[in-house]
Amino acid sequence: MAWARRILRVNLTKGTCTHEPLNMDWAKRYLGQRGLATKYLTEEIDPKVDPLDPGNKLIMATGPLTGTCASTAGRYSVITKGALTGAIACSNSGGFFGNEMKNAGLDMIIFEGRATSPVYLFIDNDDCQLLDASGYWGTSVWDTEEGIKEAHGDPQIRVASIGVAGEKGVKFACVVNDMHRAAGRSGVGTVMGSKNLKAVAIRGTKGVSVDDMPAFLKAAAAGKAVLADNAVTGQGLPAYGTQVLMNVINETGALPTRNHRDIQFEGASKISAEAMAEPRESDGKPNLVRNAACFGCTIACGRVSTIDRTHYTVVDRPQYQKASGGLEYEAAWALGAATGVDDLDALTFANFICNEQGIDPISFGATVGAAMEMFEDGVITTKEAGGIDVKFGSAKALTDLAELCGRGEGFGAEIGLGSKLLCEKYGKPELSMSVKGQEFPAYDGRGIQGMGLTYATSNRGACHLRSYTVASEILGIPEKTDPLVTDGKAGLVKAFQDATAAVDSAGICVFTTFAWTLEDIAPQIDAACEGDWSVEALLATGERIWNLERQFNLAAGFTGKDDNLPPRLMKDAAKTGPAKGLTSGLDKMLPEYYQLRGWSKDGVPTNETVSRLEL
Amino acid sequence: MKIRVKLYASLAEHLPAGTKGNETDLEVAADATPATVIAQLGLPEKMCHLVLLNGVYVEPSARAATSIRDGDALAMWPPVAGG
Repeated sequence: MAWARRILRVNLTKGTCTHEPLNMDWAKRYLGQRGLATKYLTEEIDPKVDPLDPGNKLIMATGPLTGTCASTAGRYSVITKGALTGAIACSNSGGFFGNEMKNAGLDMIIFEGRATSPVYLFIDNDDCQLLDASGYWGTSVWDTEEGIKEAHGDPQIRVASIGVAGEKGVKFACVVNDMHRAAGRSGVGTVMGSKNLKAVAIRGTKGVSVDDMPAFLKAAAAGKAVLADNAVTGQGLPAYGTQVLMNVINETGALPTRNHRDIQFEGASKISAEAMAEPRESDGKPNLVRNAACFGCTIACGRVSTIDRTHYTVVDRPQYQKASGGLEYEAAWALGAATGVDDLDALTFANFICNEQGIDPISFGATVGAAMEMFEDGVITTKEAGGIDVKFGSAKALTDLAELCGRGEGFGAEIGLGSKLLCEKYGKPELSMSVKGQEFPAYDGRGIQGMGLTYATSNRGACHLRSYTVASEILGIPEKTDPLVTDGKAGLVKAFQDATAAVDSAGICVFTTFAWTLEDIAPQIDAACEGDWSVEALLATGERIWNLERQFNLAAGFTGKDDNLPPRLMKDAAKTGPAKGLTSGLDKMLPEYYQLRGWSKDGVPTNETVSRLEL
Repeated sequence: MKIRVKLYASLAEHLPAGTKGNETDLEVAADATPATVIAQLGLPEKMCHLVLLNGVYVEPSARAATSIRDGDALAMWPPVAGG
């Protein structure tokens, strides 16, 4: 139970939709969502396939808790071989789409092949159809979602779609659901676009059952009480959102600024949560309108905001004068500190465009930051940038490029290559702040040493959500560790990676772990699902998933040499703040990490490890 | 001596009236510590979750024993998180 025990296989080449039973042997070893879909993907595709080849597959997957009354249990993930990275990709999203999918009786939808013309998948419980999407092709996520709901006469349909960016092959295109929640990273939307799949629209009313209802209700209620009583999840996140980190990370000297040239941003306070709450001069209203929650969430960290109607980005453009999603911390950092732009309304606008056209604001902002450095160095000229002065700090350049990238046009299409390919194109590969082709998020690996190892070893390329050691190193959750030292970080990163892989496979949000430990999560999964889901079983499952992802990447052609950081982090010492004089100590942490993982000195799981994890 | 005090999120309510933004200069005693500054500003102690002196974390147990020097920056937050 909890699993719907059913998947939908959609062959886009043949135009067929077929229900299949879920492989329960795999479900009991990989749990669901991230883990289980990775198992299906790795069994079904050639690891060396080009991500945009019809031979690549794209899986939308829920977890066993998705759609239940556990807090935050509305999550789904998109799993594929990433267009940005060529590595395993798994991007997790909230909103309401995952719940609707589970209520249509689906653990997973597997898309294979490529449609000959644009289509969208429409699911009404057991009824599944591929429908013509040519009328939506070339339109934004926002227009597509509204159009499909209107066409079917049902505002309660939930839609996940790509924008023009995904159609045009922007390498970091997202899949966006519920207007502004996104499976954001690694170019999962680019893969969707390569399949001529514009959208997935679902209406599901079948309900979700659990194995032991009384035990589950008790465990879920206990979990909610823990979240409500915890000062972070009960008060801090709903009131201030993730954006409260802007000043925290800046103060600790770990806020990557201007393409990681600096690690403190003089404009941080102007783009922070506190700034979002300040009444503006023009109308006396703040940027922040309210907080928001995804399905079943009792934290409600989301932000809904507006742009000053007198701001240059929205004058005479009423469609952008309405309240919409964001800013969240990672987006605000990438669009702001990474580019040196401190105009809050410009950042909000760029973020709206990212949602509207389905592009990952982290990779977009970081790539603009790299372009700005190349512009400053004279490597990219105004002419090459299509008449745009791509200067650090230029809000106009940022917002112009957001619109161009969202449409895959002009110099925006070059930004859409991602920083790795863009910097290689202009002969400056060392200026791409990325690992395995994916741009860093909002923490500097010199100021937070554990995050350097996190980025280097992340299976989907640089990512904070694979092991968020910031929780320990900066915020003291579950216990405080020193961000400036390397000692103990290998074990810390491995522990976070394994636990997070389990959480990501359950159908719940990783933000619960600011309050929950696996001791709070295990009883909920154990009551909902058949089998033993103790803390130990979840940790073993998490470790198994991590190694499965690793094996896929190795088979795809990655090696231990790709567990690396750009030279800037390894050679250029931090200039200011507590980390002044420090570089990343990756070379000290990585050998210990491999050892703890049971991998060879080259980063390959040993036979003993493979056997122990029953891979 | 004078230090820079930075109070964020809900702690900002405790900044002196008329303070613009989240920080202000504060005259403190020569033997000031984070604990004495917290008391001087009337901050609820349990809401001072994250205390950074010049960007470096000060353990709760060390707040009364950590010396502050002229020109230092003391920043504080209630329980917050993000990602």
